[in-house]
Amino acid sequence: MNFIVCVKQVPDTTEVEVDRESGTIIREGVPSILNPFDEFALNEAIRVKEKTGGRITVLSMGPPQAQEALRKCLAIGADEAILLTDQAFAGSDTWATSFTLARAVEKLGKYDLIFCGQQATDGDTAQVGPELARQLNIPQMTYVESIEEIDDGSVICKKETDGGYQRVKSGLPALLAFISTPAFEPKIPSIMEVMGAKSKTLSQWGIDDLGDEDGDYGLDGSPTQVIRVYSPPQRGEGVIIEEPPEVAVDKLIEYLESEGII
Amino acid sequence: MIKVDQEKCTTCGICVDICPVSAIEISEGVISIDRGSCTLCGVCVSVCPVNAISIKRKAKTEDTSGYKNVWVFTEVASGTLKPVVFELLGKGRELADKLDQKLCAVIIGSGADKFIDELGAYGAELIYMVDDPIYENYSTDAYTSAISQLITEFKPNIFLYGATHVGRDLAPSVASNLGLGLTADCTDLSIEEEDNLLLQTRPAFGGNVMADIICPNTRPQMATVRPNVMEPLAPDENREYEVIERKISIPSRSVRTKILETISGREEHEVGVEEGDCVISGGRGMGSADKFEVLDELAGLLSGVVGCSRPIVELGWIPKSRQVGQSGKTVSPRLYIACGISGAIQHQVGIRNSDIIIAINKDPKAPIFDIADFGVVGDLHQIIPRLIDRLKKR
Repeated sequence: MNFIVCVKQVPDTTEVEVDRESGTIIREGVPSILNPFDEFALNEAIRVKEKTGGRITVLSMGPPQAQEALRKCLAIGADEAILLTDQAFAGSDTWATSFTLARAVEKLGKYDLIFCGQQATDGDTAQVGPELARQLNIPQMTYVESIEEIDDGSVICKKETDGGYQRVKSGLPALLAFISTPAFEPKIPSIMEVMGAKSKTLSQWGIDDLGDEDGDYGLDGSPTQVIRVYSPPQRGEGVIIEEPPEVAVDKLIEYLESEGII
Repeated sequence: MIKVDQEKCTTCGICVDICPVSAIEISEGVISIDRGSCTLCGVCVSVCPVNAISIKRKAKTEDTSGYKNVWVFTEVASGTLKPVVFELLGKGRELADKLDQKLCAVIIGSGADKFIDELGAYGAELIYMVDDPIYENYSTDAYTSAISQLITEFKPNIFLYGATHVGRDLAPSVASNLGLGLTADCTDLSIEEEDNLLLQTRPAFGGNVMADIICPNTRPQMATVRPNVMEPLAPDENREYEVIERKISIPSRSVRTKILETISGREEHEVGVEEGDCVISGGRGMGSADKFEVLDELAGLLSGVVGCSRPIVELGWIPKSRQVGQSGKTVSPRLYIACGISGAIQHQVGIRNSDIIIAINKDPKAPIFDIADFGVVGDLHQIIPRLIDRLKKR
């Protein structure tokens, strides 16, 4: 079977801090990581491939340095990686991103399943997966936690809902967007695997490889426009007390009373 | 551009029957589409069982002037309207008034008519209803087709969805189907003074920054909106409303996913953490799973519900449905009490809209104190039992 895994390199948001004086984001020194949701999706693809056999192609759109994330995917167990990188792709919103990925998937030819992370931790939109599925006109399942069964013509997934879980079946090809499970521990590739990844193919495709469709890529092809970015409004200064427990509880009760809670 | 791949086409005729503008016909064994009357709604594309029809779109609406009114997607779960629907109607009312346009609700389902009075009471002037057994359970395919068809026919200016699991599955599917911009998980919406565009505000980078986004060239302007942020109107049964029903029958074979089993993640009548008026959450500082019993007791006294931070879910102490924060639920209770939670930015994002935040933590440097209205530096195992005693005596 042919599997495509869509990934994104993101800044490690747990390391992102806001300069409290200026209110701007401190980007310097923030490491780039493979989006954790995508890493989970890739691991699920590897798990499935172990049973079904086949080939895993990782696909990403990003600046040239996103190669680093793709190398990691190859070390973890992907067979081939393609980076869509071109000045023309810069400034893409989710629509333009899914449009670009769709052209690349079409160019890749026959596939059975597309794996995506539910969302990327930088934008948190959760839109690219569903938008890609619709661009390709294939069924989608979002908030997927695991693949329970797969055969030549269909897949059964366990997916999260607002109120619990569902088991859902779909024909192939299909697109699955994965959340991560609390028990998931990312695989750390061995030295051998890291070395081995260097002999795997990592290609770069630009706009000429995908077909130049005027105005559909990048900023020009993006219907949404970010007009302002700023740091979130801070809440007012609170009262912080450090007292022995009895006194602290007295003050806490007083506070709850003054706020009309009790 | 709409194209038919005649080699794939089996001339089954499903698209002919479903086309809302009768633009498709079969003549001499070949499908033909009248490009003059075709509105590119995409319903034929999504119902075609052999993927023979394709539409290449540009994300640009040619003439935006005819698009009017503010639409709200009505999500039904377990036989009731989701609370976010009322919140969207509350915000939608404000936007519609500002634009001097109508506030409309879109309800798709099986037996959908039982909700229309409630939608009217919460402020919908116009209700678009699609009622058919195929919509009994949510499916991406059927709902995307129905909504795309309604949008193409009635041309709304703004379309809001709750940023729930369903809303975040459906809205991008519709956006992609019709070539529309979409802004995810908005926490504020307003109308720009100069050009009457929808100004969409959302957090990014794990809540470290806010972004204002507009969508000038596509209609409707679509957004998913985070639950528990907007204020609903007080319901008023005397509000008048009108219902427009459309029959959109999707053949069952065009729904490509099938629900085999639904497993409820919560007890019946259990109040979800996102619905609580008082939420008491525990973090790693709780020490062990059994210590959460004191939080249950405190919650009992304050009519609250118990939540937790992400590490607690990872430890398996509390199910994920009770996790508060960026990768869990956003809450906006009257009172939030964070016990032994350090308050990483990802947790802060989920509680920022609470009226009052109380934090109890033994580390005076814990970031939770940055956003707490009242912070107690101390050992929660000493403080909470004493607090419970005092509350019991009242």
